[in-house]
Amino acid sequence: MQKRKVVLTFPPSLIDQPVTYHLIRDYDLVVNILKAKISPKEEGRLMIEISGKRESLQRGMNYLQELGVEVQPLAQDIIWLEERCTHCTACASICPTKAIAVDRKEMKISFDKEKCIACELCVSVCPYKAIEILF
Amino acid sequence: MAKTIAEINEKIKKGKAVVVTAEEIIDIAKEKDIKKAAQEVDVVTTGTFGPMCSSGVLINIGHSKPRIKIEKVYLNGVPACADLAAVDIYLGATALPDDDPRNKIYPGRFNYGGGHVIEDLVAGKDIKLQATAYGTDCYPRKKLETWINIRDLNEAILFNPRNATQNYEVAVNLSDKVIYTYMGMLKPNLGNAYYCSAGQLSPLLNDPYYKTIGIGTRIFLGGGVGYVVWNGTQHNPNVPRTEEGIPKVASGTLAVMGDLKQMSPEWLRGTSITGYGADLTVGIGVPIPILNEEILRYTVVSDEEIYAPVVDYSKSYPSGSSEVLCEVSYAELKTGMITVRGKKVPAAGLSSYAKAREIAQILKEWIKRGKFLLTEPVFLLPSVDAGITFKDLKERPIE
Repeated sequence: MQKRKVVLTFPPSLIDQPVTYHLIRDYDLVVNILKAKISPKEEGRLMIEISGKRESLQRGMNYLQELGVEVQPLAQDIIWLEERCTHCTACASICPTKAIAVDRKEMKISFDKEKCIACELCVSVCPYKAIEILF
Repeated sequence: MAKTIAEINEKIKKGKAVVVTAEEIIDIAKEKDIKKAAQEVDVVTTGTFGPMCSSGVLINIGHSKPRIKIEKVYLNGVPACADLAAVDIYLGATALPDDDPRNKIYPGRFNYGGGHVIEDLVAGKDIKLQATAYGTDCYPRKKLETWINIRDLNEAILFNPRNATQNYEVAVNLSDKVIYTYMGMLKPNLGNAYYCSAGQLSPLLNDPYYKTIGIGTRIFLGGGVGYVVWNGTQHNPNVPRTEEGIPKVASGTLAVMGDLKQMSPEWLRGTSITGYGADLTVGIGVPIPILNEEILRYTVVSDEEIYAPVVDYSKSYPSGSSEVLCEVSYAELKTGMITVRGKKVPAAGLSSYAKAREIAQILKEWIKRGKFLLTEPVFLLPSVDAGITFKDLKERPIE
């Protein structure tokens, strides 16, 4: 089993298509929708965690690309601006997935993008705008 | 044997002073006996880096031709106080642009306010100044719009009427709704807790009765050199204390001042507190001269011995009662988990311990290299014997 967090971008022609349904039924993938939105330009954005057999996952990705859905890793949409971070640790206690952790000896923050589900709780809590989520 | 500040300064000038941080002294005192440590160590450096609302800058922009006596002024769209002489301006850290939506769109973001202008100013960025006046015979001009830059100002002085509060409350939320406070976003039903002190590194917790800190004490301020100029507002020495003298609630405070031109945006940071407002995060480090054993004993204080009161910010704080739910030590707070009413509550800081540590180290290096000499305070901050009583406002209705 493999797991990936990706952001799918749908062109206007595809926003009414049941793409997720096909990923689940035709490719036997587990799809966990983290976030979804349609922008004023009618571009669809879907943030998902997707898991399944390695081969199925690859076939699913090919299906998306052939359809014209742009796939990019979620990590690209999450930016920790370390130079703005003061390591106050305000974000650490509200992070639901422990993507943000505190080294208790150094009292410094570390950020594991792979664990991040882009819930953005930290964005509103950070007084220094040290985390940007572009989704 | 007691030492004087003059003697310590002689050692600093010769590069022979023994300087350690308020964290390092804890282990040193454990290894040696207090008496020996007091003889050997000359200075203990402290540090703190947290949001400090009562902060601001005083600038003099120089006279325009023709002259203007500024009545209303904006810096990058943020209003400042011009109710001084013609071109003296005081910008407070919490000031907001007139068109900021505040909490009309709840919770407000407060992306840019006075603290952010101060960070931009100290970073050497151009600041847009817009001023108006009513015009007089001697100051005829009524409107001024210009870019200004810190390098061209006559004076740029950081003047913070209340910083470095000695101990602070731990904020929690007993209600069933999320609340947004100056102590951060608090989740319902004791969902989380925020604290705001550097604990064992915090300046006033290392000199709890203000036996060395007073008017004229030279300090690290915002990355440059500043001075303690008075006690801070709401300075309140007469609070419950532990046997060692550590205040169990917020107590002493410092008013500080220094040349902004020497400071750095790394240690003066614009701050946005969701649902509350704009602010400035300030870096302060105070050197404590080890004049005798007693002073050393105070600096040895550790997080296990410093207790903060836990207060409900949903009802108790806003109503003004600030009833204490329980006390927790900074050692517990720094584990990231405290227990309140039998419930495990995740705790996090608003004040950066890592940066406080860095400040204490920088100040230590300055002193060791002979760059920074200690000063003899003109007089010490008022202590428990000064007869200060802390007053809440007594409202007298106006008929």
